[in-house]
Amino acid sequence: MSDILLIGPLLGVLLFNLPIQFFRKAMIPFGVAFAMFQAVAVLFFPQALAISVLLPLALDDLTLVMLLSIAIVVFSALLVGRGIIEDEIKRCNFANLVVLALLGMNGVVLCTDLFSIYVFIEIVAVSSFILIALEKGRAGLEGAFKYFVLSAAASIAILTGVALLLVVSGSTRFIDVATVLGTAGNKPFLLLALALFAGGLFIKSGLMPFHGWVPDAYSSAPAAVSVLLAGIVTKTTGVYVLIRIVGDVLGLTPTIREIMMLVGVITLVGGALAALVQNNFKRMLAYSSISQVGYIVLSFGTGTPLGIAGAVFHIFNHSVFKSLLFVNAAAVEKKTGVGAMNEMGGLASKMPLTGFASVVGLLSTAGVPPLSGFWSKLVIILALWQSGHFVYASIAVLFSLVTLAYFLLMQRKVFFGHLRHSFENIGEAVELAVPTVLLTAITIGVGLLMLTPVIKGSFLLPVSGM
Amino acid sequence: MLEIVILILLILAGLWAVMAPNLLKAAIGLAVASAILAIIMFNLNATLAAVFELSVCAGLITVVFISVISLTRQPSDREMSSKKILKRFAFLPLVMLLAALGLAMLMSKPDFNLVMAQSPSEDMRLVLWGQRQMDLLGQVVVLLTAVFGVVVLFKERKRQEKEDME
Amino acid sequence: MINMFPFYCGGIALLLIAGLYCVLVSENVIRILIGIEIMTKAATLAIVLAGYAVGRVALGQCLAITLIIVEVAVIAVASGITVGIFRQNGSLETSKLKSLKG
Repeated sequence: MSDILLIGPLLGVLLFNLPIQFFRKAMIPFGVAFAMFQAVAVLFFPQALAISVLLPLALDDLTLVMLLSIAIVVFSALLVGRGIIEDEIKRCNFANLVVLALLGMNGVVLCTDLFSIYVFIEIVAVSSFILIALEKGRAGLEGAFKYFVLSAAASIAILTGVALLLVVSGSTRFIDVATVLGTAGNKPFLLLALALFAGGLFIKSGLMPFHGWVPDAYSSAPAAVSVLLAGIVTKTTGVYVLIRIVGDVLGLTPTIREIMMLVGVITLVGGALAALVQNNFKRMLAYSSISQVGYIVLSFGTGTPLGIAGAVFHIFNHSVFKSLLFVNAAAVEKKTGVGAMNEMGGLASKMPLTGFASVVGLLSTAGVPPLSGFWSKLVIILALWQSGHFVYASIAVLFSLVTLAYFLLMQRKVFFGHLRHSFENIGEAVELAVPTVLLTAITIGVGLLMLTPVIKGSFLLPVSGM
Repeated sequence: MLEIVILILLILAGLWAVMAPNLLKAAIGLAVASAILAIIMFNLNATLAAVFELSVCAGLITVVFISVISLTRQPSDREMSSKKILKRFAFLPLVMLLAALGLAMLMSKPDFNLVMAQSPSEDMRLVLWGQRQMDLLGQVVVLLTAVFGVVVLFKERKRQEKEDME
Repeated sequence: MINMFPFYCGGIALLLIAGLYCVLVSENVIRILIGIEIMTKAATLAIVLAGYAVGRVALGQCLAITLIIVEVAVIAVASGITVGIFRQNGSLETSKLKSLKG
């Protein structure tokens, strides 16, 4: 049944590109419907998804969380595209590419083979290059090119790592490689493969110091594409693959844990500090995303069940609230035409929904109760404290507070305060109302549901006590 | 012995592709490198992959490169002197020699003397269709995505051109 | 009959270094693409070599064929971006690609 998640989008793209008049307009509705189908399937029929008929796929809790996040973000991105992109042909191309990216991401999270995961990573990467360059403006092409160069270098590193693991273990499937590596020692091939995987996957995840492409790609992409990129692409092709390969194939040895925690904390600090000095709204959000990915990797590096669960839960929450913030950025950009924060002001009086939604998103990023971000950060800090990393835990708490202070200041500057003259006649971005409301509801809802025993113990947060 | 010569030729072709002052010559160097790689793959009993490499990389990709080079040709290209290029790439042979020495020292350790297996025991088609279905799906999808990319990126709107000219 | 394996490994490493150097140092976008292509050739050789070294030549070939197809797709899209950059900037110099700052 999980084959449907891969075959479905392919058939949709093939079908709706036939030169029949009605079909060309049906691409966005198809994508939206498929994303909803995927979300429903994950929430209500996970057992049916566990069976795969044609393809060698596997499903576990992590995959379920990723599938749900992918569905939510793709749903929002498609609706943002529908609301923002005026040109008919461009909208059709956008929808097709997003559905292909959806297929790629589903493939990445459902894969059980090292080489196949590379192929699907490349599918997502290729569709992302095209999407970033969709407007063919100077900024978009430049961002797409920078992303391309770093992504290609990372892919080569991953490929060479796969080749090395093939030599060591004789196969490329996760299970086979894991069995062989469990018994092997510290051969030089293994260390080299580890270094190559680490380098490649750190670049793909946007961790520091390999984050160079992230701010350029996120801020220069068209607004709807930024939602997709920041919300899910980096996390799927980078962080998820890192978690899967380190967790299932290479094993969480102490060395690997130390490296991940160090890189995580550097990214956390660097991203937060860089976000403070940005003027462009989307660029600031990009650096904030980098910082949050640092939290995820830091938590995963502890290696404890609580730490891993916290990391996965934060992946889900971050996809939701970061997409929400980028949807707001899209709304502001469309209605006011400016991207620099010192040119904005007082927007909440004209755009109440966007203002409220961005307050929710920013508070959730900073980890304020009872929103969803607070709970995942709490789990992360608890996991760090319990495993004895008091310094890292303190840094995490400190930078949460720093982020909170900065976001409150920024919120006042952009949405409250004095309304500029040029913004007298702008209205609320009603075409983006559906994704905004949905993402806000999920952020608040998950946060509130954490007070009940619904989420604890489900696939989103598989821990028993806390 | 012959195989070492072919390997050295591959590295030289790669160096030529990287260091050639003229872009067209670099693309030809890339094609030559692909052809030599195909010969190496043929030596390693990977016949089907060698044919693929030859026809696709030495053929299709070279055509793509040459068409991109001709599409982006500017009159100032003639002025790009070989001296400027070689100054930037001057360090490369030095780096390569150092790397080769370092690698020679590494390779003498016993871990690297893996014995290579002789006869291929599996039929290629069985493996391709029986085990690598995900890869096949991935190939179809990535080609579809590339088609969209070409359509989106290469198409120039007549309206845009008129606007640019005004 | 000498064992060729370490030589092939050395060759792959040298090609990777050459390609990486090319990507880091180039001042022309197309040259960066050529550098990435050289690195991909090295990776393809690595995959085929790995298949040969463990006796599973068929697997190595299948992976190599898939890799070549993915490489074509990536190069096609990268060429599209290159042509777009040329049309926007009028030249392919990497020094002109610094407009996004911060």
